[in-house]
Parts: sequence; structure tokens; C-alpha cells
Amino acid sequence: MIEKALRGNSKYWGWIAFLFIVIFVGFLFYLRQFGYGLGITGLNRDVTWGLYIAQFTFLVGVAASAVMVVLPYYLHNFKAFGKITILGEILAIASVVMCGTFIFVDMGQPLRIPNVFIFPSPNSLMFWDTIALGGYLVLNVIISINVIASEKKGTPPPGWIKPIILLSIPWAISIHTVTAFLYSGLAARPFWMTAILAPRFLASAFSGGPALLLLLVFFLRKFTRFDPGREPIQKLGLIITYAMSLNVFFVLMEIFTAFYSGIPEHLDHFKFLYVGLHGNTTLVPWMWVSSILAVISLALLYIPKARNNEAVLGFACVTVFLSIWIEKGLGMVITGFVPNPLGEVTRYWPTFTETIITIGVYAVGALVVTIFYKATLSIRGEVSA
Amino acid sequence: MTIDKRKFIKTAGLASLAGLAGKNILGQDVSEVIEPGSFDRLSGLQSPLKAERWAMAVDIKKCQKQHDCTKCIDACHHLHNVPEFDNPKDEIKWIWKEPFEHAFHEQENKFQKTDLIHSTPLLFCNHCDNPPCVSVCPTRATWKREDGIVMMDWHRCIGCRYCMAGCPYGSRSFNWRDPRPFIKDQQQDFPTRMRGVVEKCTFCDERLAMGLLPACVEACDVGALVFGDLEDAESDIRKLLNDNFSIRRKPGLGTQPEVYYIIS
Repeated sequence: MIEKALRGNSKYWGWIAFLFIVIFVGFLFYLRQFGYGLGITGLNRDVTWGLYIAQFTFLVGVAASAVMVVLPYYLHNFKAFGKITILGEILAIASVVMCGTFIFVDMGQPLRIPNVFIFPSPNSLMFWDTIALGGYLVLNVIISINVIASEKKGTPPPGWIKPIILLSIPWAISIHTVTAFLYSGLAARPFWMTAILAPRFLASAFSGGPALLLLLVFFLRKFTRFDPGREPIQKLGLIITYAMSLNVFFVLMEIFTAFYSGIPEHLDHFKFLYVGLHGNTTLVPWMWVSSILAVISLALLYIPKARNNEAVLGFACVTVFLSIWIEKGLGMVITGFVPNPLGEVTRYWPTFTETIITIGVYAVGALVVTIFYKATLSIRGEVSA
Repeated sequence: MTIDKRKFIKTAGLASLAGLAGKNILGQDVSEVIEPGSFDRLSGLQSPLKAERWAMAVDIKKCQKQHDCTKCIDACHHLHNVPEFDNPKDEIKWIWKEPFEHAFHEQENKFQKTDLIHSTPLLFCNHCDNPPCVSVCPTRATWKREDGIVMMDWHRCIGCRYCMAGCPYGSRSFNWRDPRPFIKDQQQDFPTRMRGVVEKCTFCDERLAMGLLPACVEACDVGALVFGDLEDAESDIRKLLNDNFSIRRKPGLGTQPEVYYIIS
């Protein structure tokens, strides 16, 4: 199966070479961080998690969002998703791989990570998150390999794979719920300590993830013979519309609660996000861009005529994805630390090294997606082998 | 094997026996066999200080009368090889002074007694009864001892910094880079740390084991720091807390911090 990824035209190989170069550069910068320590990032005593952990959180969402194609296809037998479901599952695999890599690069002593397994600590949500993500990766690898293999043979997938696929549905929900619990269980961080964090994570995941999947589908349709037809694209557009609406609704609920109650330790975080706190406005322009993008996306998605136009839908997906990336990949994690539990505001912004390492990890994910998409489409004869 | 080698092993074995058993086995003073100071813990032979529940009381008034005194901080950071960085981004601290409005962030009251409002209470690890840092640690590299001290294993810590996110008091520091070049006058009888691990105050567990009070308590000339067993009704700290008004940081979180601030 994977040998199909070893043949391709010059554009394909150019892209692969480009990704390898980006990964290599990222790796070189990681070696610098490995040698010097995490002080090479913008992190400090007050803001102890930043870009890496935020990307981890965002990508757990992308991984979980595969359930938005898996559930209709396998549970409700929604045949139109037949061609894109495997693409969602592969995206989930790539996302979990990136999640693991982001955790690795964020560790102060990465070589001691086995300690998590040598001294299992059920008290720690990180223990459960490791199990949830590891299990989800295994489930999706088993499912994808078997589904692709049976496509190759032209037979239906083996019967025993069905219960595993069904198990992957609640498991997908669990990975993002447990990831939310990592944050929402901390009494020290009022910004995260909200029961709506897990639902909010799921809503943003189920809009941002499918938006990315749809953009990938558009890309494949343009550059390969892959064509899922109109129906799954429109259905995915509808799913994105509902999930994005819920996401914005949840954010507004958070803002209402914080501003109307006026409790400073809750309010201050939202002030930092949207108007700045003690003169620190690092995230303010980003959050307003995110908000404006969210409004634009909903305006486009709500009008059936606009949503039915695939060019407009594609643009809406870009706005959804960017809006949620800013909200989750920048705002969510950093703001938990600003102000700190003592009410102090400390500046954090990713350094150059940190940014390059982050891009390198994303390139790893892109490589996984490329190789598996190529193999799948080659087997289906939708791209020249 | 040469005679010399055998002789050496014999002598070394006897010497360590003498060290373990005190000074009477060979009728010789241990300090004559072993270089003085190199086996403090053994040759000191003081019985360790024990308690059911260690706690600290800080008398803010007594402390503030000393204005810019930093003796406790200096003693602690010196003994524990805490590095001093120029860049605040790398900062590591086990014990420090913080303006009242930050130390007691939840005590919002701008018409509070003037001397209190302008005070800078000493902060350290609160050694909570319900430590959130211990709950969140994925490797049990930080744990609570039976006597209440919240400990750290610097060799097990993977540097995930979840404990720092979980601590509501900002008591934990991370080694963002190799701390060793920034240690002034390195102490040989206390470990240094490496980059990538978390550290904090441990109520001087290593000194308690030798029968000594925490370094900060010992360094304070005016008795502003009182350390003792909360379960012992006759202890100084219990008497002090019985007779004076005290507050704790963020009691509403249910962590049960074991550092008390006397404000009367």
C-alpha cells in the first residue's frame, strides 16, 4: 500500500522534498533548543505554556473532528461520505502524530518521557490524555490500513473492523474532552476553569477540523482525478455551519458570564484578550481578527446561496479555520497565564526558533497526510501511480 | 592484587564502619579518620526534626520592620544553589518578597491598614494539604510526605510544567536553561539542578533530617519566621497562631496552604 507513495510526478516529489527541507530545518532548530533548554522560546516563569501546547490543543481538535465524517458514514450509513471518510481518518492520524511531537518538543527533559509509563499516575489528567491519544492513534491506524487494503482488493472491509470503527466515535469525543479537562480542572487558572471548556473545544474542533478537510478535498479535486461529488461537500459545509454557530455561541456565553458577573479574576483574562491588560495588548489585534473572521464565516455560511457556491464555501472554510486557529492556537492557552495567579501581567510571544520548530512539526503532519492521501488515491486510480 | 590495594580496602572498610557506628568502635574519633565536614550528616549525629504537620508562620510586621532585609532569601538561595540570572525571563526563586496586593491578590482593599498595604510579604511554597501540583504531576515527581512537606524529585521530573500551571501561588520555578554557570559560590553538599526541571522550596527537608531548622528561619534575626508542628498544641507556631490574627493565601481554593501570615 505504502509503496504507492513512492511513485509520483515531479510536482509530487518537489512537494515531498520541500517538506523534508522544512522538517530538517525545524529539526536543526530543535537541536538548538535541546542543547540550550526551553529558555530559547518566549516562555517564562509566568507564562509556562505557549505556542507548542496551544498547537497540541488545536490539533487534538482536528484529530477528533474525523468523527464528523466517520459518524454519518458508519453509524447512519450516509453513503455520500464514502470517498472522504478515509481522508478524515488519515487527517486524524497526522494530527495525533503532530500532537505527540508538540508534546515532545515542549518537554524540559524529553528523554525522560518514559517516566510517564514507568510511574503511571492516574491522578494526572496528562496520564489519561496519553492513553486517550495513544488509543485513538492505534484505532485510526488499524481502521485506515484495513479500509485502504480492502479498497485495493475491491472487497468490503472485514466485519471485525466495524466495532472498532464504532468505538472510535466516542473515543474521538473523549480525546478532546480529556484535553479540555487538562485545563478546566485547574483551580489556579480561572480562565480555563469553566465547565463549558470541553463543549467549546468540541464545537471549535468540529468546525475547524472539517473546514481543513474540505479545503484538502478542494485541493485534491483540483489537482487529481479525485472527485467526491457535490453532496458530501455541501453536507460538510452544513456540519461546519452548525458547529461554528455553536462555537461562537459558547464564546459569547463565556464573555457574558465574565463581563456581567464582573469578577476580576475571570474578567481580567477576557480584558487581556480583547482590550489588553495593564498595557499589554499582545493578543488584542489577533483576537479581533479572529472575531471578524468568525462573523464573516457565519454570514457566508448562513446564506444558502453563498454556501452552495463552492468558491464561497471554500473561502468560508478559510475564515473558519483561521478564526479558530487564532482562538485556540494562540488565545486559549496563553491567556490562562495572563494575568498570573498573583495578578501580574508578563509578556509572552513566540521566538523565531520556537516558530521554526512549530512550522517543522506542521511539516511532519503535512508529510503524513501527503503520503497516505497519495497512497489512497493511487489505489483508487484517482491519481497516476 | 597488590598488598597496597588490599591494605587500602581494609582501611576504607574500617573507616566506613567507624563512620556508620559513630566514634566508639575503634575508640577513635570519626573526625580523625574522615575529613571534617565531609560527612556532616553522619558525624553530626543530631536526631532529625520530626512533626506530624510542618507549617510556617510569617510575622509580617516584624519582617517589615527590617525594611530591605533579605537575609532569609540569601541564606536559602545560597544553601540550595539557586542560580541568579540577569534576565527576568529565566528567573528561579524559592523564597521572595512580593507586594501585598500581589501576594494577597484576593484581599482587594485599597483602604487596608497602610503598613500592611505597603508590605511585601515573604512568599514560598505553601506546602498545601491538598496540593494541586501533586495531583497533576504525570510522573509523581512531586509528592506530599506524611509530615506535609511537598517534595520534588529532580531526577524524575520530565519538565512538562503542569505543576506550574496547577499551582495557584506561583511558587514553582523552571530551569529554562543550564543553571550551573549562574550559581554564585556553589555548595557541595546540596545538589545543583539541570536545565528542563521544575524546582521550589522544600521546607529544607535536608536540614530537618539533620536536626536543623529551615535556613530562612535560622537566618532571620528578629524571629519573624516561626516553623513548627501544627499538630503539637505546645509548639511555638501553635501558640503564635492561637494568640494572633493570621491569614492565608487564597484559602477559598481548598488547597489548605500551610504558610500563615500574622497581621495583628
